[in-house]
Amino acid sequence: MFTIFGVPSGALFGQLLIGLINGSFYALLSLGLAVIFGMLNIINFTHGAQYMLGALTAYILLQVSGLGYWPSLIIAPIVVGLIGIIIERFFLQWLYKLDHLYGLLLTFGLALIIEGVSRHYFGTAGLPYTLPDSLQGGHNLGFMFLPNYRAWVIAASLTVCLVTWFLIERTRIGAYLRAATENPTLVRAFGINVPRMITLTYGFGAALAAFAGVMAAPIYNVSPNMGSELIIVVFAVVVIGGMGSILGAIITGFALGVVEGLTKVFFPEASNTVIFVIMAIVLLVRPAGLFGRRA
Amino acid sequence: MKRTLGLAALAAMLVCGAANAQQINVKIGVLTDMASLYADDTGQGSVAAAKLAAQDFMKDHKNFKVEVISADHQNKADIGVATVNQWADVDHVNMVADVPNSGVALAIAPVVAQKNMVFVASGPASSDLTGPKCQPTTIHMTYDTWMLANGTGRAIVKNGGDTWFFLVSDYAFGHALERDTAAVVEKNGGKVLGQVAHPINTSDFSSFLLQAQQSKAKIIGLANAGGDTINAIKQGAEFGIVAGGQKFAGLLVFAPDVQALGLKTAQGLMFTETFYWDLNDQTRAWTKRWDKERNAPGKLPSMNHAGVYAGTMHYLKAVAALGSPADGKAVAAKMKAMPTDDPVFGKGSIRADGRALHPAYLFEVKKPSESKGPGDLYSLRATIPADQAFRPLKDGGCPLVSG
Repeated sequence: MFTIFGVPSGALFGQLLIGLINGSFYALLSLGLAVIFGMLNIINFTHGAQYMLGALTAYILLQVSGLGYWPSLIIAPIVVGLIGIIIERFFLQWLYKLDHLYGLLLTFGLALIIEGVSRHYFGTAGLPYTLPDSLQGGHNLGFMFLPNYRAWVIAASLTVCLVTWFLIERTRIGAYLRAATENPTLVRAFGINVPRMITLTYGFGAALAAFAGVMAAPIYNVSPNMGSELIIVVFAVVVIGGMGSILGAIITGFALGVVEGLTKVFFPEASNTVIFVIMAIVLLVRPAGLFGRRA
Repeated sequence: MKRTLGLAALAAMLVCGAANAQQINVKIGVLTDMASLYADDTGQGSVAAAKLAAQDFMKDHKNFKVEVISADHQNKADIGVATVNQWADVDHVNMVADVPNSGVALAIAPVVAQKNMVFVASGPASSDLTGPKCQPTTIHMTYDTWMLANGTGRAIVKNGGDTWFFLVSDYAFGHALERDTAAVVEKNGGKVLGQVAHPINTSDFSSFLLQAQQSKAKIIGLANAGGDTINAIKQGAEFGIVAGGQKFAGLLVFAPDVQALGLKTAQGLMFTETFYWDLNDQTRAWTKRWDKERNAPGKLPSMNHAGVYAGTMHYLKAVAALGSPADGKAVAAKMKAMPTDDPVFGKGSIRADGRALHPAYLFEVKKPSESKGPGDLYSLRATIPADQAFRPLKDGGCPLVSG
């Protein structure tokens, strides 16, 4: 086996794969953020809390009604999506006309409330959530041991990302949506219910976060803090990709996962700062982000 | 008649005098992690333990008024130092307790000394607190990295785990624990194959686990704590670490962590602690009372919670013996002079460098089939007597004792 900069190639391939897996979570979460920002112009800081709520809902479903991973993967996003719709109807819809900052403050406050309440009831040490039986075990790829569940994470995340991208960029509904953000009055004149479409979009974004949360439940700790730990990184991903760019969010999510994975081999201590270093460089060179359009 | 009057006057003087001289106010500040990775091992549970100690003490000492306040240091040294300064200058706090996170503890220890308060360090682990960085006002309760390393490290090397790879939490505590454990491993004929430092509060360990796997070491030593240990073990199970023949050594594991992992994942894990709720009748009775004060059903006390109780109790006894909490250095000296006795650690003593000495226990996590109920987690493997559990005084390098 050959070595690259003193690191055996096997180790390197392993880390690349793990980077892709982490990238899957970044991509899923930044996708939801990008959709919400692109369509609603809201910087959704509740996204981390919604991700956490997804995992927590899965945990509660298991404890209370015995519903396992697979039903949770569908029910939890619906529940959190509905909560998202309530948030949008009651709070967010009054803020669209105001500066971005108000939406940011509101969603940040909501996130603190949701996390604080969950911390009160569930503590911070985390709650156990086991892998579904059908995805136990793994395969030895020669250079590393790949757990089946992680392989499923990559596949599911890629599928969801591509379907969402297709929905927004390539279908009639997506076209309405994009048109509505450009010029809501005109789209309304064509008889399309714009406020309802916006509400559903926010619900969909929240549901995406919850989906990622359920995916994360068996491998990360189900804890009220899980969202706030991730959200900052995910925001950096969205900024690097270009605020509101859907394809940008997906590609940057995966790419930064890989970059972070490589950092963990060559300079592990910097692994949680490398993304922000990249963000700073991107902002200096291309302020609109790698895939963003200059406003 | 004259005599009676005289006696009455004398009695009145005595009563008033006693009431005036012995009305003692003590303020205790619990500086802790309220919301992050150490919050379940310390946090509100530590506040409950301090309040319980205050209540217990005031029952027997009617002339004491003990007040417990608390603050969140958010695992940031600057916030910890600012809080202690405010407590000293504005709130007139006499004693600072708990302080999980060695980084914060090492930062506030000199401030506490300078302000002439007492630091009952029941939360931090770094053995430097009673080593090169010792302070006349620091009393290190509960445990330290040397004791963890010695208890767990030696037992594992003797059981055949002679090659090690460390996952190290990248701050004062992790490096101290790794340093102390590596020394024990090498002293007992084992070998350290490598280590990787990870940032505190890491959610994904897969990368680090993969490096540990490739090292082919028999034992993966976790020089981290709280949420980090939980995540590492949980994800290790997924990556087939244990199935592949390697074993985890949790160097600092608390009962709430084991609860969070579940017995299925945690079974067989060996580690050293100084307190377990189900150790004897005294600890069981104390846990019931703590549970009532904590008021969060299903939560178990960690050894840190026990340490806050024992430390606060002993501190108050020393204050009572001196008659005033004003001079922190004098109170700390008194604490060292008096033997300790409490329901959680039993009988013990405090050394000149500030190290509290009491027995430590090597535990193994039970298999799910052996456990009788939700709180039944450990079986006792060995008891390490107080004189062997902690670093010998001469090896610490504390300027207070060498000079």
